[in-house]
Amino acid sequence: MKAQPIDVFARDLEEEVRHAVLDGSSSGYDKRLASLTSDFADPDLLRRTAGRIKQHTLENLDTYLPRVEEKLIANGVRVHWATDAEAARRTVLGIMRENGADKIVKSKSMATEEIALTPFLEKEGIESLETDLGEFIVQIDHDHPSHIVKPIIHKNRRGIARSFEREGLGAYDDRPETITARARTFLRKKYLEAQVGLTGANFLVAESGRMVLVTNEGNSRFCLAGTDIHIAVTGIEKIIPRERDLPLFLSLLGRSATGQQLTVYTEFISGPKVEGQPDGPGQMHLILLDNRRTELLASKCRDILRCIRCGACMNVCPVYRQASGHAYRSVYPGPVGAVLSPLLAGNKFPELADLPKASSLCGACKEVCPVDIPIPDLLLRLRDRAKQEGVKSPGTPPMGGWAYMASKPSVWRASLAAGKVMNYVPMNLIPVPALRAWRHSRELPPWRGGAFRKWMKIHAKEKGGES
Amino acid sequence: MRTDRHPAPGKKIQLMATCLCDGFFDDVAIATVQVLEHLGCEVSFPEGQTCCGQPAFNAGDWKSSRKVVRHCVQTFSGAEPVVVPSGSCAAMLFHGAPLEFEEESDSDEIGRLASRTWEISDYIVNGLGIDSWPGRFPGRIAFHRSCHTRETDSGPASRKLLESIDGVEVTPFGEAEQCCGFGGTFSVTFPSISSAMGHLKLEHALKEKPDYLVSGDMGCLMHLGGMATREGRPVEIRHVVQVLRDSLRNGGLIS
Repeated sequence: MKAQPIDVFARDLEEEVRHAVLDGSSSGYDKRLASLTSDFADPDLLRRTAGRIKQHTLENLDTYLPRVEEKLIANGVRVHWATDAEAARRTVLGIMRENGADKIVKSKSMATEEIALTPFLEKEGIESLETDLGEFIVQIDHDHPSHIVKPIIHKNRRGIARSFEREGLGAYDDRPETITARARTFLRKKYLEAQVGLTGANFLVAESGRMVLVTNEGNSRFCLAGTDIHIAVTGIEKIIPRERDLPLFLSLLGRSATGQQLTVYTEFISGPKVEGQPDGPGQMHLILLDNRRTELLASKCRDILRCIRCGACMNVCPVYRQASGHAYRSVYPGPVGAVLSPLLAGNKFPELADLPKASSLCGACKEVCPVDIPIPDLLLRLRDRAKQEGVKSPGTPPMGGWAYMASKPSVWRASLAAGKVMNYVPMNLIPVPALRAWRHSRELPPWRGGAFRKWMKIHAKEKGGES
Repeated sequence: MRTDRHPAPGKKIQLMATCLCDGFFDDVAIATVQVLEHLGCEVSFPEGQTCCGQPAFNAGDWKSSRKVVRHCVQTFSGAEPVVVPSGSCAAMLFHGAPLEFEEESDSDEIGRLASRTWEISDYIVNGLGIDSWPGRFPGRIAFHRSCHTRETDSGPASRKLLESIDGVEVTPFGEAEQCCGFGGTFSVTFPSISSAMGHLKLEHALKEKPDYLVSGDMGCLMHLGGMATREGRPVEIRHVVQVLRDSLRNGGLIS
């Protein structure tokens, strides 16, 4: 039987990577849960409220986008609209060229991963350096992040120490504090050499035009403090309406991502340096990225745009935990990625249509989602879409014959009787692919088709006799 | 997950046995009848019933699934509660079916069936208002809260009933919130991941040396039990309703 790519990826995954992901995703589970349940009387109410605010914002983007643009411009920020990845990349390059700049220090940003910014800039002769420790390690390894919050969840410190040695950052030493200190020393001078600091934005407040950035390493602050030009790249869905919505979202984001009440750094960026301000970029740009988000907004899966990129869904997803992030062949892995990636792929949807299938629909993702996205429902909608578009799905049992049987009671009863053959014929001789796949690791209990119906008939007769 | 269900009117109910009990686990369906009758319910079994439509729904073949769901609507006509010994099949009818019928002209009928559908433990505790269980059942139980009861009242209801039984010890185990890896067609479409998930679940549950592995869904138990047998460490599997029935028997409350 043909296999699903993600299942094959999981089967062939190196044990070391599998363990790193399994342990890395579950570590902190109790802390995350406790930080939500012990601080709030009704955390579910918070999740639902946050979800409603985001959904409202998405459904009224035509109001909020012009509003935030107006405020940003008034704050001195230059606003750029990018319809697709290419436009976003060209805009960054244009700003660099305009200012004669050739070095970027970069804070962690999924949006820039999505538009594959760094490889593009490098081809154009621009040095773009990741300053988040995890992303830095990904960069020196020419690897890809496998988790949206913990990009190197698939690695262990021994491998990282080897990479540092290879890159001339010091002799092999796998102590975390040594690794961190070496990265810090290397990066510190880079902040001063670069002309541009590049970041994402976790939230954009429509009311004020403020950008909000959360980090734990403080690297984005160095990016902004050490450079003259700040470029932020973010999806158009990152807007929240009011300043007073921020406490709710910040409370949920830190707790859901890492079990922190707040991340170590929360930056509120109101605009470029003003007179009398000693540090900070004099020039500030915000690139608002569409890249099929408006298409997505028109679909029945628009709820996925509520996502605030906390990574909680992948930490609890049993499929992600077995398969690792790279199994998803896209920038966004795990449950959110299984919905988002095929939709962002546009006409390449069929190439990623297997992602929504890679779920037991257990609902753990929905249960922890800080914005209450009904991820299992969205996965199911995409399965329906794939079927309607005729995308082949390896290993999925055909359902037409089954539906015929299950809507004709006489045929159903006959097949209940016929199933008994399974008890007499050696299982491995029965040419049903689904049965073979079942028996890959499991026994099948004996077939007792019709036994309950027989019992029920006799039982009903006896009951009738009683009364 | 659901807010619209009707309170149980009277004690007449329709039993949806589920296709797994129809094919493999007749004793679970029998136990369901015995438990409900002990509670004074009048149980009818609509003979034309087949399956809830979930396999095709999950496989993405919604057209085929709707055909089966429409058959369900016909079979379970009337106003009585439809009681199901499976969180998964119940969730298909009260959550999945309305989703795939959103744009269909008969979505109202689907909605009516949805609001009458109850998972068995939920029906006993929240429909009939019973929150402790008589009789006796000696044993250490590892209770797997099947995933389709997430965000419903079924998980807490099952746990409440089990924990109230004289002799039952419900043992906690590691990563209890994680899925067992069954997932219906997922188990055969993603056999490697499904098995790895099942293996992890078994490791955690069996470490506590339970006498029984108990759940409200025979799908999970067929998968976990089948894996345990294959791995040479067979485990006694029981549906919640079998434990309830056996407790009544042990207490001499039914024959």
